Amino acid sequence: MSSQSDPPAYSAAAAAPLVMRNGPRARLTRMLGPSGAAYVFLFPWLAGFLILTAGPALYSLYLSFTDYDLITPPRWAGMDNYVRIATNDPTFQDAVRVTLTFVLLSVPLKLAVALGVAMLLNRGLRGLTIYRAIFYLPSLLGTSVAIAVLWRQLFAADGLINNLLLGVGIQGPSWISSPDTALYTLVILAVWQFGSPMIIFLAGLRQIPADIYEAARMDGASKSRQFWRITLPMLTPVVFFNAIVQTIDAFKAFTPAFIISGGTGGPINSTLFYTLYLYQEAFGFFRMGYASALAWILLIMIALFTAFSFLTARYWVHYDD
Amino acid sequence: MTDVQPAETSREPGSRPLWRSLLTHALLIAFSFAMLYPILWMLSASFRPTEEIFSSTSLIPSQLRVESYPEGWFGLRVSFGQFFANSMVIAVLSVIGNVVACSLAAFAFARLQFPWKNFWFALMLGTLMLPYHVTLIPQYVLFLNLGWVDTILPLVVPKFMATDAFFIFLMVQFFRGIPKELDEAARMDGCSPFRIYWKIILPLSLPVLATAAIFSFLWTWDDFFGPLIYLNSMQDYTVQLGLRSFIDATGQSNWSGLFAMSILSLLPVFLLFIFFQRLLIDGIATTGMK
Repeated sequence: MSSQSDPPAYSAAAAAPLVMRNGPRARLTRMLGPSGAAYVFLFPWLAGFLILTAGPALYSLYLSFTDYDLITPPRWAGMDNYVRIATNDPTFQDAVRVTLTFVLLSVPLKLAVALGVAMLLNRGLRGLTIYRAIFYLPSLLGTSVAIAVLWRQLFAADGLINNLLLGVGIQGPSWISSPDTALYTLVILAVWQFGSPMIIFLAGLRQIPADIYEAARMDGASKSRQFWRITLPMLTPVVFFNAIVQTIDAFKAFTPAFIISGGTGGPINSTLFYTLYLYQEAFGFFRMGYASALAWILLIMIALFTAFSFLTARYWVHYDD
Repeated sequence: MTDVQPAETSREPGSRPLWRSLLTHALLIAFSFAMLYPILWMLSASFRPTEEIFSSTSLIPSQLRVESYPEGWFGLRVSFGQFFANSMVIAVLSVIGNVVACSLAAFAFARLQFPWKNFWFALMLGTLMLPYHVTLIPQYVLFLNLGWVDTILPLVVPKFMATDAFFIFLMVQFFRGIPKELDEAARMDGCSPFRIYWKIILPLSLPVLATAAIFSFLWTWDDFFGPLIYLNSMQDYTVQLGLRSFIDATGQSNWSGLFAMSILSLLPVFLLFIFFQRLLIDGIATTGMK
């Protein structure tokens, strides 16, 4: 939207010393032919794709139908893992419930805050760059252990939030160690990191032509009507994009829940994110087959969500043409 | 970014009274303060005695106690100096790997013709959507069999194989914006694709290379999951793992040391943010990265 359209700074002088007809590499190219040369460039990625992505993905699909503990070879188990996940795994149900709650709360809230702040900032205020930087900072710091450590203290029984509440005469609970509230502290942490969708919203808001608002004002449209009838519809492609990116990220959240619960997903599985459960199964209990099945179910959940978004997009996402 | 102001003033000529913009500023300043308050509080807590941390909400410590820093630094059996060095090695190697491998692949996709190009490109985009959990366990098995577990190799080698396909995508977009006439002229003069890549495309792509480098650094620096799985001996820990061990080892007893090390762990991220803010924000606005 902004930087990539800038023409790169090049000059004729920079291109001048390039002439080299018979260097060793030129000969190599002639030997390989043009597509051979292309595959030389592609080689690191292609090797990585086959060895580290495609191969492992297929192997993990196979493992998901086995019992495998890393020591003895995988033993074929048919549909056992999937059947157990579907019918006889209360922890899986906890993990799905926790993750869906987290996704359904944190993503809309985060996007709403991001859009609200972006609209405030889009009024041509002075100091936009400074505000934008301040609001973006938490997004940048957010996934680190340090911030999770901070959050643990903020919402502890004797933490900062409760000290602030005490100042106005309220005795707060122990947010982190109560199963009723622990997950919400993680939702707040996610919403606190609204900076990156905010920046994307800001870029989107600037694409809306000012004369549309002009015309709406001439016709006497109120501010809220302008928002619902112009801003939001014009912004739906950006909302769509942000919603997909943020939802996939939320499905994959791990570090804050791990640090805040000490790796357990507690209290009483209330912060047992799906990825945390998968981690425990794989690297706590070494049930690699079962964890592979969990990974494939995660993939299917994300794929279903994405497919659903794209299928419904044509009913609510506004495109120019 | 001065470019936003004229647009708005032309949109609403004279219709925004001073008090309204003051009100907006007041609102934004209050909100900024609330956003930053926890981080500033942690900074100030790192200079407080531990017993004061849990009683004070102010941002000014009653005394400036710098001892938490050495206490935290040497709080585990391996010092944080070692953790910082490990993190730095992993992050720098990852940056090099990502920039080199991704720019090579991106050059092929953006500039060269070869059979199956669209097929590979579609697969590359497909990997962007793939959650890493799907490849996690077989990769672990592979690295275990190679004897790489408990070394930094599983964290670094994949970067040299361009597994962060996101950066390929980013670079392809940028390379496509460079005028094709440049390569064609060079090719007429007998330049090989290698020379075109090295002498034309890369020098003209410094902004996108820098963006990829900075995000690689930040993501690797903050990565917790990878080191958690692959690094077992404390000697090899990254800063993030060191912080985790610090919580486990000292529990609730040494919060000021923990906060001191947390602040230090955020410092490189913060410095990059200060110096490359514009690149980071443009990178997000154009691509939607974190």
